[in-house]
Amino acid sequence: MSTDADVHASQPPASDGLVMGKDGMAALVDVLIRRGFTVVGPTARDGAIVLAELRSADELPYGWGVELEAGRYRLRERPDGAAFANAAGPQSWKSFLHPVRVREWSADRVEGELVFTADQDTPPRYAFLGVRPCDLRAIAIQDRVLTGGAYRDSGYEGRRSGALLIVVECTEPGATCFCVSMGTGPAAGPGYDLVMTEVVDEDGHRFWMRSGSQEGAEILAELPTRPADPETRETARAGVTAAADRMGRTMPEADLRELMAGTLDAPRWDDVAGRCLTCGNCTMVCPTCFCTTTEDVTDLTGDHAERWRLWDSCFDLDFSQLHGGPVRASSRSRYRQWMTHKLGTWYDQFGSSGCVGCGRCIVWCPVGIDITEEAAALHDWTQSGTSASASAPEPP
Amino acid sequence: MVTDLGPVIRTRPKLAVWKFASCDGCQLTLLDCEDELLGLTERVRIDHFLEMTPAEGADRERAQLDGRGPYDLSLVEGSITTAEDAERIQHVRRISRYLVTIGACATAGGVQALRNFADVDDFLAAVYARPEYIATLETSTPISAHVPVDFELRGCPIDRRQLIEVITAYLAGRRPQISHHSVCFECKRRGTTCITVAHGTPCLGPVTHAGCGAICPAYGRGCYGCFGPSSKPNLRSMVAQLRHDGMSERDVQRVFRTFNAASPEYAPVPDLAAEERQGPPA
Repeated sequence: MSTDADVHASQPPASDGLVMGKDGMAALVDVLIRRGFTVVGPTARDGAIVLAELRSADELPYGWGVELEAGRYRLRERPDGAAFANAAGPQSWKSFLHPVRVREWSADRVEGELVFTADQDTPPRYAFLGVRPCDLRAIAIQDRVLTGGAYRDSGYEGRRSGALLIVVECTEPGATCFCVSMGTGPAAGPGYDLVMTEVVDEDGHRFWMRSGSQEGAEILAELPTRPADPETRETARAGVTAAADRMGRTMPEADLRELMAGTLDAPRWDDVAGRCLTCGNCTMVCPTCFCTTTEDVTDLTGDHAERWRLWDSCFDLDFSQLHGGPVRASSRSRYRQWMTHKLGTWYDQFGSSGCVGCGRCIVWCPVGIDITEEAAALHDWTQSGTSASASAPEPP
Repeated sequence: MVTDLGPVIRTRPKLAVWKFASCDGCQLTLLDCEDELLGLTERVRIDHFLEMTPAEGADRERAQLDGRGPYDLSLVEGSITTAEDAERIQHVRRISRYLVTIGACATAGGVQALRNFADVDDFLAAVYARPEYIATLETSTPISAHVPVDFELRGCPIDRRQLIEVITAYLAGRRPQISHHSVCFECKRRGTTCITVAHGTPCLGPVTHAGCGAICPAYGRGCYGCFGPSSKPNLRSMVAQLRHDGMSERDVQRVFRTFNAASPEYAPVPDLAAEERQGPPA
């Protein structure tokens, strides 16, 4: 599909790596905490595997899998006790790197003068435990968006530069996963500090570990490990390879960027607009959606003001509100904006696709709108021959 | 960065609180602003507010229902259900510089607007032993159906922080920061796992106006729409989803027939619910 397509093939590790038993996970969390990290990882809560600060490895979702479908998420117990045999949950790491709510500055009226104070909180050093390969790519995409251009988000930079990324390769894709189509998984691409592949079989519950950075290597050296035996390596590699063959979803075999640019008048947009609630859930669960709004607040005294930045969504009518009304008043125009940006114009803006194939937007859409199904329908339309004759634009 | 703003000129605008057909819950929200109440009284003169002024003694005149005004900011609670109130709201408008409706009754007609879909005489006969003593209109209508309204605050009851925001914005001469998007935004912003997707719980969040802070889903309960419709809600798709999540046709009709029953956006719901008779797919 693009230059990204080779990433899902397992990268040869720098070394054969090490093997760590299940008990080593407790040591890993302890080492991270001792090194001053705020450890964030998956844990089962409120019927989902959410991301939260972990104080111990016991909080990892051992024995929990997930059953995913469009608009549906259910936890399922796993007899093998695996911690990471579950696909993306309701949150992504952007909740920590690009938080929901950030105060940018405050201002006070002091003796008739207005004094501005920039917010300069020192971010915690995050250790993200259990980053999926698709989400590793999502972090790289947000790096490009938020720090790779002329206007750098210094707050994001501060949170991101200290973050340690511990990736877990995928061996259990969900029914809504399509990372292979997007070239982001299920094997880890570049950018991790540590990468693990979980193996549970008759030889025990263990992790095949490799480091990707100096700091990752130092942490790995502090853990109870043994040299990786060929059987563990092979089983781990085979698990990841098998995962690539078990993707629940695929994108159509087409250049998605061209597909988006060539289907702007497709009747399918009206069809999806009939289902879309414009509730904004897809954008907020998307690990790459980055849009924000600004709120200036004052207090009752009128002597104190604050500027806050909050997550926003292109599905919000206020998002494109200009004088006279919103630019994208119809849900058709809003859904089309989101999808064509994600799969198409993101290339023009940031040099890559904005979609990593994690499937969150499919799962967490209350009415189960499926981006792969929409892309396939648009592709079918281009193949059907009706698209060429449909020169008259659809009503906006 | 330092900017010289010159001398600060402060006057204390006069605030009035008015009650029409309502339960008092929204105006009591003003008294619930415990931490901000003293600060508020430093910035506004609460001139007419029956819930906090004595009805007897020297302030008797002020306590009269009409109030004399003029007032800079009037908060209006309740809907119009009697001929007297239809006249009184004209008076309130005349003596108010800036008029804000507070709550579902004043903004959408309230739960008492259920009468709009039935014969009010039937209700009177069912409820009162002597219905002939009751003088009431056949409909319950929002304040905006009678007079121009400067701002409408949603909710049953309103949210305390939003009330303070509206008053603060008025004092600063700026637009209130009140979003018109869905409750889903608030669930996601507070990190609540979607109860529809993860548990199959029917929830009106996707078509409901934000502002409450997504309280109900945070406690595992589906949103029941007490803030009324969000901007341009897709009710056809919402109704289909509610049916999919196990609500009967009657359940769907009833869940939209509560505090904001008379919201024009909800008008197609009965027909849409009937269209979805086939029931949830297997």
